[in-house]
Amino acid sequence: MSPQIVPGAERKLKNRISLQMTVSNSLTMAYRTLLLIRRTPQQLFDVTIQPILFTVMFAFLFGGAISGSVTGYLPIIIPGILAQTAITASMGTGVQLREDMDKGVFYRFKSMPIARIATLTGPLVADIVRYSIATGLTLVMGYLLGFRWASADGALLAGFLSVFAAWCLSWVFALLGVIMKTAQAVQGISAAILFPLSFLSGAFVPTKTLPWWLQDFVNVNPLTYVVSAVRQLFTQGTVGADFWLSLIGSIVIVLVFAPLTLRAYMRKA
Amino acid sequence: MMQQGIQGQKKQQSDLAVEAHGLVKVFGDNRAVDGVDLSIPTGCIYALLGPNGAGKTTIINVLTTLLKPDGGSAKIFGHDVASETQVVRQLISVTGQSAAVDERLSATENLTIFGMLLGLSKSQASKRAAELLVEFGLEDAAKRTLDKFSGGMRRRLDLASSLIVQAPLIFLDEPTTGLDPRTRVQMWDSIRRMVASGSTILLTTQYLDEADELADRIAVIDHGRVVAEGTSRELKAAVGKATLNLRLADEKDAAEATRIAQEVLDVKASQPEANLVTAPMSDPDSVTDLLIALRDAKIHLATVSVEEPTLDEVFIALTGDGKDAQARGAKA
Repeated sequence: MSPQIVPGAERKLKNRISLQMTVSNSLTMAYRTLLLIRRTPQQLFDVTIQPILFTVMFAFLFGGAISGSVTGYLPIIIPGILAQTAITASMGTGVQLREDMDKGVFYRFKSMPIARIATLTGPLVADIVRYSIATGLTLVMGYLLGFRWASADGALLAGFLSVFAAWCLSWVFALLGVIMKTAQAVQGISAAILFPLSFLSGAFVPTKTLPWWLQDFVNVNPLTYVVSAVRQLFTQGTVGADFWLSLIGSIVIVLVFAPLTLRAYMRKA
Repeated sequence: MMQQGIQGQKKQQSDLAVEAHGLVKVFGDNRAVDGVDLSIPTGCIYALLGPNGAGKTTIINVLTTLLKPDGGSAKIFGHDVASETQVVRQLISVTGQSAAVDERLSATENLTIFGMLLGLSKSQASKRAAELLVEFGLEDAAKRTLDKFSGGMRRRLDLASSLIVQAPLIFLDEPTTGLDPRTRVQMWDSIRRMVASGSTILLTTQYLDEADELADRIAVIDHGRVVAEGTSRELKAAVGKATLNLRLADEKDAAEATRIAQEVLDVKASQPEANLVTAPMSDPDSVTDLLIALRDAKIHLATVSVEEPTLDEVFIALTGDGKDAQARGAKA
């Protein structure tokens, strides 16, 4: 006779999931996302190839034209690319979430006694690793090309701000991932949002060279503030108004989009 | 069950693993589940038998909290599936039709993650994963990603995933569809082991022989309804007739043999092939008379056989909708 399990009718169970369990489930899901990344390293292309390629490409392509030399252009372009790659990486969150939700394994997760939200929060937590890779690689590339920051603390804080802003923005793309039907659709819409935001942000050229109407757009683009804050941290090693505006703006995005994403997700999941 | 009185009824209720009343699930105009009642006693193997599209999987999805019922109610060990979802999920495990494992990860990784989600530590989870892989004969493939697994291997891993922590109620949605005969028998053994250690099994199947082999009780599902319920013997008795097949040594005798069969058995016999006469067999004793009558008429037989009712016949008989059921039975 095999060992007997406790009969279902005799079990004392709670109909709610504790916060501790939610955190633990989310971390397990984050671990799962990291395993998936290890299994399919192509997923890291956007945070490895892109920062390396863009840094070198833009520095040599525009350096002479915009700043007279590559070295002179680096203080403009490196903060720009730093913010841009981290934020482009956040787009991947939505695409991967959509792909994941279409997999059969999601059915099992849904029937398991776990915090449902963990399948959403896990990947979002794991993506911090991706943003950190993107940020780190951009900094290394910049350094190799001759870029020097004013203070190590400033550079570290700049890296943190990029990662944090990217993470906050990833909730927007996560929402797209939840409500759109296919991964391609998520990719398309995300790119359409991201390209104007990242290029029209003062990331690549000094804003004053632009026509007035474009300057207006650049000035209301939240990414401009992140880029300016990062630039100030690198070149002067100081925290200015742009830093606080970026931080507050990022937090506002999370406060608005996290509940929207969670609600849409819980309805679907 | 009705005559057992109040005490019997009360005991019966607390012993039920699944209890559903008037369960309804609608998709657009399609009433996928249309008023299903189920009473599944603890400790049994219960089969939902029906063709593709009968609503079996939708019933499972409602009972496992994946879908909210549009009407009626269902309880798992006394806990409502709509309001006590978290309790219900702690009492069940589900093995789906499409193997619900992550093909981008290895077998070990899949099992370890499920184990960790169920509250095991990472080392406990990987230990349990290793045990299960041995038990299901997958240890050689432990490190491979599942896209290199065969369908049968995936199915076994899927079942192993449901057993990391053995649940009191285990749902198996078509556990053997598409498996080779050997793997199918292994799957049956695993299912019996789960029951022996205290779990209740609710499985769906399209195969009468599987329900026959495994299930203590069977509910036949068609068009989202339970059209019959009982043990396999009761169902076959209700479907009625086995078929008597008489293959003649000489096909010239066919017309005469048909006439004699109709006369002796008092039923309508038919002649599907030149040398084959078939007749429904309601009273096995009268077959002796028929065989004697045929010998007297000097009609020689090549073979005599009795055919049990098939799934097709079960449906034709139970749905009273011959053509439709036959068409779908053939597809299934």
